[in-house]
Amino acid sequence: MIPPARHASDNLSRAVGMAVPTVSQLRVHPPVDSLQAGSYALSDSVFSASPTRSPSSRIGIDGEFSEDSANWIKRDNSGRLTAAVPTGVPDLTQSIEASNNENNGEVVGGPPQKNSKLLKAKTTKAERRALQEAQRAAKASAKAPEQTSKPEKQANQKKYVSQLASSSVVHEKKGGDKPLEKDRKKDMPPPRMQFDNKSWVEKAKKRSVVKQTEARNRVEIFRHLPQYERGNQLSDLGSSFFQMGDMHPAVYKVGLQFLAGDIMWSNTRCISMLQAFQKVIEDYSTPPERTTLARDLTAKINASVSFLNECRPLSISMGNAIRFLKARITKLTLAQTESEAKTSLCSDIDNYIQAKIVLADKQIVIHAVTKICDGDVILTYGSSSLIEMIILRAHELRRQFRVVIVDSRPNLEGQQLLRKLVEKGLSCTYTHINAVSYVMHEATKIFLGAASVLSNGTVYSTVGTACIAMVAHAYHVPVLVCCESYKFHERVQLDSICSNELGDPDVIAKVPGRTNNCLDDWASKENLQLLNLAYDVTPADYVSTIVTEYGMIPPTSVPVIVREFGREHVLI
Amino acid sequence: MEFRRGSNDDGLDRRFWGRSQALWSAAKREGRYPSLPNDLLYLSHWFSSVKLTQNSVIMPDTHTLVNDFLNKLKKRKIEGSKATAKLTAELLRSVISQQRLPNTNQAGALIHAIKAIGEQLTTANPVEVAVGNIVRRVLHIIREEDVSLTTASIGGLSLQGLSDDEEDNPLVSAAAAAAAARTTLRPPSLQTLLEDMTPHSAATALHHSSSSAGDSEDKTKSTDKNSRSRKLKHNVIETVNELIQDIATCHEQIAEQAVEHIHHNEVILTLGSSGTVIEFLCAAKEKKRSFRVFVAEGAPRYQGHTLAKELVARGLQTTVITDSAVFAMISRVNMVIVGAHAVMANGGVIAPVGLNMVALAAQRHAVPFVVLAGIHKLCPLYPHNPEVLLNELKSPSELLDFGELSDCMDFGIGTGSPLLHVVNPAFDYVPPKLVSLFITDTGGHNPSYMYRLIADYYSADDLVLQQRPTS
Repeated sequence: MIPPARHASDNLSRAVGMAVPTVSQLRVHPPVDSLQAGSYALSDSVFSASPTRSPSSRIGIDGEFSEDSANWIKRDNSGRLTAAVPTGVPDLTQSIEASNNENNGEVVGGPPQKNSKLLKAKTTKAERRALQEAQRAAKASAKAPEQTSKPEKQANQKKYVSQLASSSVVHEKKGGDKPLEKDRKKDMPPPRMQFDNKSWVEKAKKRSVVKQTEARNRVEIFRHLPQYERGNQLSDLGSSFFQMGDMHPAVYKVGLQFLAGDIMWSNTRCISMLQAFQKVIEDYSTPPERTTLARDLTAKINASVSFLNECRPLSISMGNAIRFLKARITKLTLAQTESEAKTSLCSDIDNYIQAKIVLADKQIVIHAVTKICDGDVILTYGSSSLIEMIILRAHELRRQFRVVIVDSRPNLEGQQLLRKLVEKGLSCTYTHINAVSYVMHEATKIFLGAASVLSNGTVYSTVGTACIAMVAHAYHVPVLVCCESYKFHERVQLDSICSNELGDPDVIAKVPGRTNNCLDDWASKENLQLLNLAYDVTPADYVSTIVTEYGMIPPTSVPVIVREFGREHVLI
Repeated sequence: MEFRRGSNDDGLDRRFWGRSQALWSAAKREGRYPSLPNDLLYLSHWFSSVKLTQNSVIMPDTHTLVNDFLNKLKKRKIEGSKATAKLTAELLRSVISQQRLPNTNQAGALIHAIKAIGEQLTTANPVEVAVGNIVRRVLHIIREEDVSLTTASIGGLSLQGLSDDEEDNPLVSAAAAAAAARTTLRPPSLQTLLEDMTPHSAATALHHSSSSAGDSEDKTKSTDKNSRSRKLKHNVIETVNELIQDIATCHEQIAEQAVEHIHHNEVILTLGSSGTVIEFLCAAKEKKRSFRVFVAEGAPRYQGHTLAKELVARGLQTTVITDSAVFAMISRVNMVIVGAHAVMANGGVIAPVGLNMVALAAQRHAVPFVVLAGIHKLCPLYPHNPEVLLNELKSPSELLDFGELSDCMDFGIGTGSPLLHVVNPAFDYVPPKLVSLFITDTGGHNPSYMYRLIADYYSADDLVLQQRPTS
């Protein structure tokens, strides 16, 4: 008997952060984890009453935070709870202990209640499994907010328990078809943080490490994206280093690099992030309390992720990598010792970098180089490490071809590529994006990099890529998008507005080589906004082929890759 | 040679004219045509000398004026087609006013002179088609004025003939002249067609209008011619003045139509900067329309920044975007409004670089692509390979620092093949199928209608300004 799928479990899965949908994580279902996963994944699940505290907020030992947390609790109380008494921040260790105790109490107290209810119903095998899962979920969610203050904890627990009780029927129902639902739920991308949702933003702000002040002249249609003042973040963060006891220095360093824009390419960003996590894992030791490595480490990783996300919104490929890492962590068995687990995780990360990025790149180069023939004029846009490798490889193979590099403001990444290619003795043509119609006549093939390929075949890439592909399409020049399959994502997107990243608007106002720009005082004019969009979405019909390590596929086959291979790194 | 020296002198001119006239009349009287070789030789010499001297007919000060302007064009000192058009028209006006005209075929001489200058001007900056446009407009004006004058005088002459000898049927010739006048001067309409049926009224009307020409006699013919020449010049200059006025006010006339096209809460995208676009948007704003404008900055000159500043100063909600974000943003845009460099006869547009991309994006999202163009931007030529032939490559320094890559840059003088080639074109060609609407000072038009509009302003004889090299 399989009841219809209409229940809170949908919410559950949605609640899971961007990095989540793995089977095991679903089962464990730590809603708190999902919320920790950063500003891009918060939700109004049934568990929203459970403490939505991210570990990053633990960092606040300073007075400012305590005030915040007190406020937070107050608000929470006034909103939902009446019994709780707001307090200041207690001693950190004390609070840990307290919360642990609470956890225990909850774990003991919660499930029996549910059990009794459930036992009344028919207990099929599936239902029993569902029960187990629910228990685990309850445990996990109770465990995660270890370090919140006591009264809040209690109150939340009460609420949580009561909610669990009331929703036990729902759980029961869910249990029946869980095995079937699993896949579908897993495939559903989580909602992203919407910055036009005020309460959402407020919550995120409380948790944030990087101090963000909202930009004054915000672009109206991008209100759902973070638009913060730039400039002083870096110095703020630099000075606040010693207040962030929890943050691993490696993560901190990478975060600063992201913020400063030192690491631009999505591959390098991903690799540096993974390597930072590797260091976190190496230096990690499970706290002596009765928490498992898997949970504590996940929490730690989540904190780092949300920190990095505040420094610069994570790319989709990084989200995929985090997802992989978390899946590996949850896969760890209790039988493994801590050092075993740590080495296995580190080697997993190494393997991921090797297989998914380094070797994949090599394979793509092998595929793509076959498409460069003598006499070709290759047009490329901006700068992509992969494209650079392809071009250099073709040059090594003594193919006679010319490269047209199209560039655009504000990053002018193409100049880096130009320098490298000219150094190697390739003959290049350099121009800006407005002149693309002019140079398109001579081009025979377009090679483009991508930040991500979405499952409806659209290519999510550096802003301007869509323009190039469109003009190429109009001039009937084939467009080859080169992208490793770890960047594929099951999300779909039709325009560049719903999800994007906004860069620093100040760089728009500054024209290189000009001393006095006419938009220097733009911030003082309320009617004037500067928009520095980071990505755009290229429709699938502009793309002739996508070169992946699995071969060259049409954009229509992206969902196949996502389905067949996307799961691989999660399940293995 | 003596002739060339004195060619500036009207009197001399007339003397030669008189002499050749005398030759002809003598030949007629004697019942023979001018005897070969002497007389004919003389005539041919005269004609060729007229041709030779056309270039030097210009007064010295006009000459310097033309040279100045040529220099400016060559050095690309003049920015924008409007300024160029205005300066060209003013130059041509002063040329016309100082031009000495022969007694016969004055219009021809004038046309010849203008063509000669026009040729120089267009070769000085072949990309700035506004120069050629204005030259052609002026030529067309001369032709029209000439036609109107001759039809008037023909009418007068034939009416005079009517009074002289009754046995002919002069009515027919008068009617023919009147019909000719109508067809050239008036637009075809049902009324004019019907008037053709009743030549009497037309003839009498003409009689009244050309009374000044009617009382001429053989003796006063030369003075009459003189006055006619003055009249032609006068009329032409007057019309050229109107043209200059038109060019000056074209922005306002285009801007007047803004309210019809821009509505509340619309989002408008534009790229780079254009005076016409500023006026257009501000006119809509002044009419209490509230809308937002996305301004693509228009690399490599970033005139979009200037435009944005201007718009903000006038209180418009303005968002500056990078050129690369055009495709991303166009899905939220209601209308693209841009200026043009020139509009070709097929409805294609020579526009600031980057607009082809914008037009393609607009087409993809079914966003109307509206081009604002003053009448002086209409070019009667059909483009062939306009991306290359009607384009101009600007300095690479706008894109790259010379310093770092100078050793491999393409200077065109290097011995080996250059590694780096920087392309910085000034214009884009937007094919007519991507343009939704042209808004000119005479209203909105389809791209497919441009050829007809152009036919109103230019005569087919002037399409080619370049004269065949005479050996």
